[in-house]
Amino acid sequence: MTDFPPQLMLFWRPGLTGAMLALLLPLLGLYLRLRQEYWAALAYGQLGAAGALGALALGAPHIAGGLALGLAVAGAKHRLEKRLPPAGLFPLLFILGWSISLLLAANLPGVERLGAALFEGQLYFAGTDMLCGAALALVVGGLFLWRTGRLLLLASLCPVHFHAQRLPAWRVRAGFDLLAAASLALAVMSLGVMGAFALVFIPPWLAFALAPGWRAALVAAPALALFAYALAFALALIHDQPFGPTLALALGALALPGALAMRFAGRAESGKGTAD
Amino acid sequence: MNLLQAVRLSAGWRRPAHRPVSFTLARGEILALAGPNGAGKSTLLAALAGSGARVFSGSIHLAPALRIGFQAQHLPPLASVPLSGVELLALTGARPQGLPEPLAACLHRRLDRLSGGQRQYLFLWSILQAPADLLLLDEPGNHLDKAMLAGLPSVLRARAGQGAGIVLVSHDAELARTCCDRLLRMESCDD
Repeated sequence: MTDFPPQLMLFWRPGLTGAMLALLLPLLGLYLRLRQEYWAALAYGQLGAAGALGALALGAPHIAGGLALGLAVAGAKHRLEKRLPPAGLFPLLFILGWSISLLLAANLPGVERLGAALFEGQLYFAGTDMLCGAALALVVGGLFLWRTGRLLLLASLCPVHFHAQRLPAWRVRAGFDLLAAASLALAVMSLGVMGAFALVFIPPWLAFALAPGWRAALVAAPALALFAYALAFALALIHDQPFGPTLALALGALALPGALAMRFAGRAESGKGTAD
Repeated sequence: MNLLQAVRLSAGWRRPAHRPVSFTLARGEILALAGPNGAGKSTLLAALAGSGARVFSGSIHLAPALRIGFQAQHLPPLASVPLSGVELLALTGARPQGLPEPLAACLHRRLDRLSGGQRQYLFLWSILQAPADLLLLDEPGNHLDKAMLAGLPSVLRARAGQGAGIVLVSHDAELARTCCDRLLRMESCDD
């Protein structure tokens, strides 16, 4: 019988928390990329961090603070987008979230440790509350995407047909925004801002380039993310490294050969001549 | 029974884009909207679909529980979206049966790896064969090669034969002449 290393047995809760997020975030990333909203992932993540730190400074639970700020911004997104010049909302929110987080962490002594954890991604401290949050996010997110994935695609690819069909545009759009904001806020508290962003950005980026269709992309992106996550989890644990950067590095290292394969595939395709 | 009735209708975005028009459309009919650029043809389609254009005067009456299919003039940006032709048709609920053979053979390829004409035809097909009673088509012949364009009137007539009403905008006078039952000439408010 194979014995698991004692560290792995000790950290089953963080391990499972991260694995569930590693399945959910790339799926959200596919739709964010489709909607050309991957800046939103950074903004929601950074705002989640700012909300968590703000809540801690006020003596409130940090998970509730992160979720509340992320959800508030996602709820107001449509109105804010209408009032601001185009393409500026999410970069602006990211910058504001980043500055508020760092200022809170620098000036409030009790907040400093959590601040460092949010940026480094201290997955190994995730407890039962984070495990339950991640499980809830995966179940709700999975069900939502299973039920509305077709509508999200239709709204992006055939928007006028989508509206003409009198489909529930507001419900689909707002539901996805809230789901993305809540999931990112949760993920940041265990994987760190850039670790969470790497899961949202890199696997969908490769899946968009390499998958033969949408269904294949829905399988490939979480599979790649889960593989990189397992690798990073073991490496960070064995070598006592912060988890967020290790995960980002593992994803980047796996993405590089994929990106090169894309490049060669593109050249081979253009060598055959385009369909036009 | 009329699917659609427009009475002295003038639509636009910030101000009326065309002079008032009145028309009806029954099941099985194809109506072409003609006129120069800026005559408000696409705006009128958007108003009929309830897709944002404002009705400044007159009224639109739609049959109850009418299902509308709307093909936009411009394709969405598809660069690097991993979506195959089969998946596109499944999105709108369109049937692949009857698709011209060269395109049927491309159905499992990614749309961004097809030619502009092939992509346009698949998008048109995905709307044309979607479950809908009223079809609004904005320049359906855009980017199609001669062979695809030549086959388009019979495809449109077949769809009308199944009971759909079609309103189409086309700069191609030959397409409008060969497949449309009526032609409505539109004029800009500035004329």
